[in-house]
This record gives sequence, C-alpha cells and structure tokens, in this order.
Amino acid sequence: MKQLLAFIRKEFYHVFRDRRTLLILFGMPIVQIILFGFALSSEVKNIGIAVLDNARDVQSEQIISRIQSGSYFQIKDAALNYRDIEQRFKQGEIKCAILFPLNFGSDIYKTGGAQVQVIADASDPNTATVVTNYLNNIINNYQQELNPTAKLAYQIIPEMRQLYNEEQNGSLNFIPGVIALIFMIVSTALTSVAVVREKELGTMEILLVSPFKPIMVLIAKAVPYLVLSLIDFIIILLLSVFLLNVGVRGSLLLIFAESILFIITCLSLGLLISNLTTSQQTAMLISMMGMMLPTIFFTGFMFPLENMPKIFQWISYIIPSKYYYAIIKGVMLKGLGFGYVWKETLILAGMATGLLFVALKNFKIRL
Amino acid sequence: MVSVEVKSIVKTYGDVKAVNDVSFEVQKGELFGLIGPDGAGKTSLFRILTTLLLADSGTATVEGLDVVKDYRKIRNIVGYMPGRFSLYQDLTVKENLTFFATVFSTTIEENYELIKDIYEQIKPFSNRRAGKLSGGMKQKLALCCALIHKPVILFLDEPTTGVDVVSRKEFWEMLGKLKKQGITIIVSTPYMDEATLCDRIALIQNGSIMSINTPGNIVQRFPKPLFAAKADNIYKLLHDLRADAEVESCYAFGEYIHLTMKANDADALSVMRVAGRNNLEGLEVKLITPTIEDSFICLMNENSE
Repeated sequence: MKQLLAFIRKEFYHVFRDRRTLLILFGMPIVQIILFGFALSSEVKNIGIAVLDNARDVQSEQIISRIQSGSYFQIKDAALNYRDIEQRFKQGEIKCAILFPLNFGSDIYKTGGAQVQVIADASDPNTATVVTNYLNNIINNYQQELNPTAKLAYQIIPEMRQLYNEEQNGSLNFIPGVIALIFMIVSTALTSVAVVREKELGTMEILLVSPFKPIMVLIAKAVPYLVLSLIDFIIILLLSVFLLNVGVRGSLLLIFAESILFIITCLSLGLLISNLTTSQQTAMLISMMGMMLPTIFFTGFMFPLENMPKIFQWISYIIPSKYYYAIIKGVMLKGLGFGYVWKETLILAGMATGLLFVALKNFKIRL
Repeated sequence: MVSVEVKSIVKTYGDVKAVNDVSFEVQKGELFGLIGPDGAGKTSLFRILTTLLLADSGTATVEGLDVVKDYRKIRNIVGYMPGRFSLYQDLTVKENLTFFATVFSTTIEENYELIKDIYEQIKPFSNRRAGKLSGGMKQKLALCCALIHKPVILFLDEPTTGVDVVSRKEFWEMLGKLKKQGITIIVSTPYMDEATLCDRIALIQNGSIMSINTPGNIVQRFPKPLFAAKADNIYKLLHDLRADAEVESCYAFGEYIHLTMKANDADALSVMRVAGRNNLEGLEVKLITPTIEDSFICLMNENSE
C-alpha cells in the first residue's frame, strides 16, 4: 500500500512538473468550454441584413423597425438598389435582404395583398432556413396586428414549447459532449502516454525488476488520472453553471457516479493502448485518431446520429462516449433519475469491465 | 558457492542470434565481467538473467532460482542498472532514491550504510533534478537506486559507458567496496581496460563466449610473443607489415602497432629485421606483455578463421 502511495505521488510530480501536460489538463477544458459556449455557437444572432425600401411608407418603416429591435438582425446601412444587394451578398457582408416594392403600404389596403421579397444566402442552408423563418414570423405578426379583429373562420394555433431548454440555450447540447471529449483526452490519451513514457525512458525495466507487482504499475498510473479527470469534470461543471448558465437538474451524485464509470472505461482503453504500443507518439496518435474522432462524430453532440447512414449508426453502438453522452444529457439537462439511464449504465459498465480485463490480461510482465 | 548459473542459453531476434549457446557460472561474492563490443549480446544476457526476457532455449538460475519459473522471487533480490540512464529525469535525486526505496519496501535510512560512500558524493545535489546531473553523477545515482534494497546480486549493464575517465575510476572503486560487503556483481563493459578490475571475465563476441578466466590467465594464455612497433610514418609501416609473409597479425594500438610473427621463437631483433626492410625512419620495436584487448583480438581472429 505504501508502495502504491509512493508511486501515485511520483505520478503527480510528473504531471505538475510538465508544462505541456498541465496545459492539456487544465487549459483544454476551459478553452473548449469557452470556444463551444461563445465562439462556436449554433444559435443565429446578429445576422447582417440589407434593407431596400422602395416604398418608404409607414407600413414598411414599421416592419423595418421590428427587424431592427430584436437581437437577431443587424441592419447594414440601407441599400440603394438591387445590384448593391448582390454585391454585398458576394462580399459576405449580409446573409439576407428584404425588399419592399413601391406602394407597399397602399397595396395592403387597396389590393388586399402586398408583396415583400426576402432573399437569403443559402450557401449555409441552416442559417438561411433560420433567417427566413425569423423574417416570416416578424411579417406574420405584423400582419395580425394590422387587423386584429378580422379572424379567420377556422383557425389552428399551435402552442409551442421547447422542453428542457426553453430559452434555446445552445450551450446545453454540447456540454455533455465536451465532458466526454475531455475524459477521452485526459483518461485515454494522457494515461496511455504516461505508461508508454516509462517504457521509452527505460524506467519500466527497473520497475519490472522490483518487488512491485506489474499490475500495480497500471493501477498506480490510473489513479492519478482518475483524480485529475474528476477535477476537470468539476471545472467544466462550474464553468457551465456560472459562465454559461446551464443548470444541473438531475442528481449530482448520479452524475458523478456515471462519470467515474465512464472515466474507468477511458482509463482501461488508455491502458490497453499503452500495452500495445512502445512509443509515446504512437500512443498519442492512436488515442487521438482512434478515440477522439469517433467521440466527436458518433456521440451525436456535433452531428445528429439519426441522419447518418445505417452503417455509421451501427458503429456508434460500440463507442462508449455515445452512452455516456446520453446519460449525462438525460440526468444533467432533463433531470432524469437512474431508472431512465440504467440501460446505458449497464452497457458502459460492461464495456469498462471488458476493457479493463483485456488491458490487465495484456500487460507484459517482461520486456 | 554458485550465485549465477547459465546453461546453453540461446536468444534470437528474427535471423540474428544475439546470444548463441552461452554457458557460464558466477561464484558468490565474485566480481564478474562480461567484456565485449556493442552488439555482442551482453544486454540480452542481462535481460534474460533479470527475468526481463525469455530465452529461446537453455536454462539459467540466479541464487538457485529459475529465471522463468521463479521470476518474481528473483526480482526481489537482484539490483539492476540498465544500460541507459533509467531514472526519472524530472524527479530530484532525493525523490528518485526515496521512490525506489519505497518500491522495494525499504527506506533510505535502513540501508544507508551500503550506499553511504556513493551517496555522499551526490548529496550536495540532492535537490537537483536527475536529468540535470552530469553523466558520472547520473550513474552514481542509478547505482544508489539499484543498491537501496540491499540486493544479494547486482547486475550492471555498461555502467561506465559515456562517463568520463575520473568518474569511471571512482565507479570501479565503489564496485570494489561493494564486493567486500559480499555482494555478487555482474558487470558488462565495452572498455577492455576495465576488465583487469574484475575477478573473472568472459570475453563475448557475436553472442558467443570466446574465453572465461581471470584477467591474468587470459593474458598469460596469449599464444605467442607480442611486439610493439613504431615509425615516423606509421601508416606506411602498418601497410608494409600487413603485406609481409612473415607477419601473422598486426593492428594499430594507440601510437604503436601490435604484431605477432608466424615463427613461434621470434624476438625483437627478427621483428626489427622484418620491419626495417623498407628503411623507415624512427623505427622502434619492443617485446611487450599483451593486454586483455590483445587477447580479445587474438581470440577473435582465431574464431573467424
């Protein structure tokens, strides 16, 4: 036991004396949270819009002022003509344009049907859809206000509610994903590198020729990274609560327990990789390519799994982070209890046991 | 009393025979040297004896324990210092020593007597990181770490490679002291001059042992009189001697050329006559006692014939 403690202390020395490791450990989660939270937002805000108002009457002015008042659009000074708009689309200054014809206001009352043209840059289809929907809403609302008394004979009004995330906070979706990603990096990549480093430096030779049980080498390597992963986890939780205003709905205890389970899965993977490789570079490459990319692609936090071809969906079933992502999303954001995530937990536990078994089995007691 | 017994050990890597049917015995308390150039198979032998490698065939025991079956017991009683500096570079001298002491379930204080002489020399640097030590200091620290658990037998793989002359001398003095405490020491080195400091040596080349004996006996068994020759134009002399029918072997050795003649009763005068055929200036010939290196070269030539 004393030996194990000395080994773990030594492992912490390694971590705290290596600036690169420290940077990956504590710099990366913070940077990722801030990047995903602010820079890589999928929400649509501050869209550049050009307005070509040929009518210049009360009605067109009112619509324009509504466009201006929200935080969605930012009017780039009023355009003069059609060609001007095209030029700005090409330069990327604007993502959409709205054009009012001559006599817009009077057409509404005289002919009962005025037209307004909305043009959107669909080179980014998602943004284009969102933008046209926004404008559509603004115009529809305005139209209803124009004649509040005139009601259609039969009307269906959809009352919509966006559950679990009423304010449409984009941070919600990716936080569980980032947590999974960080665990992959810390528990899998850093752990495998830490073991392989001993091989590369030749210290493994001395450790093997000692009374220290070879298996203990693995345990001693795993424990510090388990602790460090949990510290990272707490950092991410604090950042998301206080910086991104993402509340934790479910039981904190359950979230921690599930996270430890996932960390053990990642650690086993890291140890397995370290058994199979002899250089730090290979270990790093395998963990990055083999573990991190699937985590990004197949957990569903970046790209919806449902839209993927069947084969990719099948692949996603063997990615541990997919289950962890589902669990954390459920517990943290929806406030679900264990009863709702036991299936994923069971799969994850099975994976952890299997991987740990293979890793321990493969540990070489000789060179 | 036998400490290490090696019987017909063979180890191959692909097509390369690293260790080829090697057998030898090391007595308890002996300072045994494995002498041979790089790639002779010394490290492979060490790894087999320290249970790190499995031999293809043959058996070996350390203190009566089988290197395959009883590997765990052997790991408790041996001290091993690999050829490469293998301590934690980012840990200080003290931290390294404490760590290895704890791993071996002991403390620095418990066995301080054993490492005292060596540790005193690096103590002023005990708070320096191991990676920032000089080559000699590193080796002393590594020796301390290998000794900290009071091993019965010590395996030192090329401990003096890349170490300056003064540190090398100090290192060997320490080995002498350890030997007095009854520790069996097996050491390998590519430096022939260090061989004379061992009780017995095995000359090893291409995975095979050419000779095992005391350094004195190995030198005594040199088959013929050995001469050293020198001239102002030493390259011409070497060239001429190589071409001469009466010369058996000749090779450059420091500032001299060492040579043996085909005739068993050759003396300095007859060598002088042969060497002087081309009237080289500054010619000098003398009869000398062979060194381990001469013996090594002689055995190597015999083997290749």
